[in-house]
Amino acid sequence: MIHPARARKQQIVLLALLLLTAGTIAAGLGLGHSSVSFDRIVPILLGHGTFQEKFILYDIRLPRIAVTLLAGMALALSGAILQSVTRNDLADPGIIGINSGAGVAIAVCFLYVPIEPGSFVYALPLVGFVGALLAAGLIYAFAYSKSQGLQPTRFVLIGVGVSTALSGAMIVIISSTDRVKVDFIAKWLAGNIWGTDWPFVAALLPWLAILIPFVLSKSNALNLLSLHESVAVGSGVAVRRDRIALLLASVALAASAVSVTGGISFIGLMAPHIARALVGPRHQTFVPVSILTGGWLLLLADTIGRNAASADGIAAGIVAALIGAPYFIYLLLKK
Amino acid sequence: MSMDKRATVSLILKLTAGAAVLAAMFAVSLIFGAADVAVRDVWLAVASHAAGEKITVIREIRLPRETAGMLVGAALAVSGAIMQGLTRNPLADPGLLGLTAGANAALALTVALIPSAGYLGITIACFIGAAVGTFMVLGIGAIKKGGLSPLRIVLAGAAVSAFLYAISEGIGLAYKVSKDVSMWTAGGLAGTTWEQLRSIAPVIAAGLLFSLLLSRQLTILSLNEEAAVGLGLRTAWVKTALYVAVILLAGASVALVGNLAFVGLMIPHIVRAIAGTDYRAVLPMSAVCGAVFMLLADTLARTVNAPYETPVTAVIAIIGLPFFLYIVRKGVRSFS
Repeated sequence: MIHPARARKQQIVLLALLLLTAGTIAAGLGLGHSSVSFDRIVPILLGHGTFQEKFILYDIRLPRIAVTLLAGMALALSGAILQSVTRNDLADPGIIGINSGAGVAIAVCFLYVPIEPGSFVYALPLVGFVGALLAAGLIYAFAYSKSQGLQPTRFVLIGVGVSTALSGAMIVIISSTDRVKVDFIAKWLAGNIWGTDWPFVAALLPWLAILIPFVLSKSNALNLLSLHESVAVGSGVAVRRDRIALLLASVALAASAVSVTGGISFIGLMAPHIARALVGPRHQTFVPVSILTGGWLLLLADTIGRNAASADGIAAGIVAALIGAPYFIYLLLKK
Repeated sequence: MSMDKRATVSLILKLTAGAAVLAAMFAVSLIFGAADVAVRDVWLAVASHAAGEKITVIREIRLPRETAGMLVGAALAVSGAIMQGLTRNPLADPGLLGLTAGANAALALTVALIPSAGYLGITIACFIGAAVGTFMVLGIGAIKKGGLSPLRIVLAGAAVSAFLYAISEGIGLAYKVSKDVSMWTAGGLAGTTWEQLRSIAPVIAAGLLFSLLLSRQLTILSLNEEAAVGLGLRTAWVKTALYVAVILLAGASVALVGNLAFVGLMIPHIVRAIAGTDYRAVLPMSAVCGAVFMLLADTLARTVNAPYETPVTAVIAIIGLPFFLYIVRKGVRSFS
């Protein structure tokens, strides 16, 4: 049973996060290179806008906001699952090879495959997604043993090893090509929101719609899995099955997010910690908070990033780390 | 708590074998390379005052480079082992104290703002950056009354590192120097001079000696905090001393070669499979194995695609991975 005071606190935090997200969406709608003034937003949404205003709002701002929000949520949820299942506080989607797998695939594709301008925008996330899944599959294949199933420590260590090797491969690729292309890849790796069109929203949404309820329904299993192997077995959790199902969920979430946003490792690592510091370690309480924190943080970071000084903006991944890290340290000190 | 006789003998045997492999590897690394030299030239370069073109190549280019390789390999492996023991986390590596990220940020700043800075200038900038990064992490630990637990230090380190990496990525993109930065952080011993070595070697030697002296305390601390206190260990003092050792070792290495965190992560895991979990055995074996591994990686980096160099990080990651996978699959000894 959840203590009433804790439940209240969670409700307050959730409400605050929802309000913050709504506020950031509203601000994000009005801010940008081609301005749409704030008092015009409501009329445009109600259908009274000019063509230009509608175009900016419906085809540029809204899809980007939706993609950012969803990707942030997916990364945070993926990180929360990983930290609990592997019982390691340093786990993030990067350690299951997601970022490096997607990075290598995209680098190879960008450098060696002839590009058709029409399909390029859609091909890149797809390639990233496939790369991420391949890397995760490789790690899984090495970590799985018939007699013991999937041991978390081994999974994490092999993950780090494989993703480091992939980063090594990436360095070889980068060192053999010219500067302009490297700048593009570096920008992608830094987490520049890439897919900003409705099809990407449609590609992300189903994962979240299915996996958020699934993970929440597994909250109790997560509570037990994060304690100790024997505790989980003793209290009747189907350890092997649940662990594999949850890890697969986390891979799918992170891969779908990374394929449209580029390599953002900060959200997956920090959002769950921030949520835990706010509402405590029970999964029923902190997982929803963590999802909303991740979504809001990435949205805020992107809104700031695309309006910041330089012409092409600053990648959302960078801004997320710049604002999230000091806050996380503050929480660490306060506790 | 003293080691029993059999363990001591077995450790001495293993260390002797390791030292023999290290000596052989050192000779190999001096002989092979882009410029063709004979075994005799190597001997003359090391043991006599003879002069000649090939002898100069060995004496002024390969000898400092491979000596640095040995020192850096040993330093990274030992600092990684200490971090893993201290935080009881198998994923810990020296980079988590903010060292690597600090050095990266300083490097990006230097490359962007002072493009004319040479190797030595960049090395110094990296050392300062590493120190600043670590100071931020440990400073955050010190603000908290009573200090932070190793777990929280590591988390603070991860956050500070993310922050500093974001800064260096931002600078890299803003000034369009991503390629230069990534080439440097890819790590490499190229261009190591005797001059750099003279300033770095004493730091690493002091760090190694210091950590070997603390290996008994580290073993106790790696078990469990209460056990350590119960056995009469002054944990706060020991932990501080161990952090200092890590900073000396990893700071000097990062300043010299860039980001080679994987060595610090991987070697201790490989060593535990050979030498068990007692840090009195793990630390010296890590030093030897780290040195051998680094020499091997650097020799391959120089020769695979000669006369061009393959980035050594890539070599380390790619040849290290099979070992690492094998060891981890066989069983994670002290951490399962």
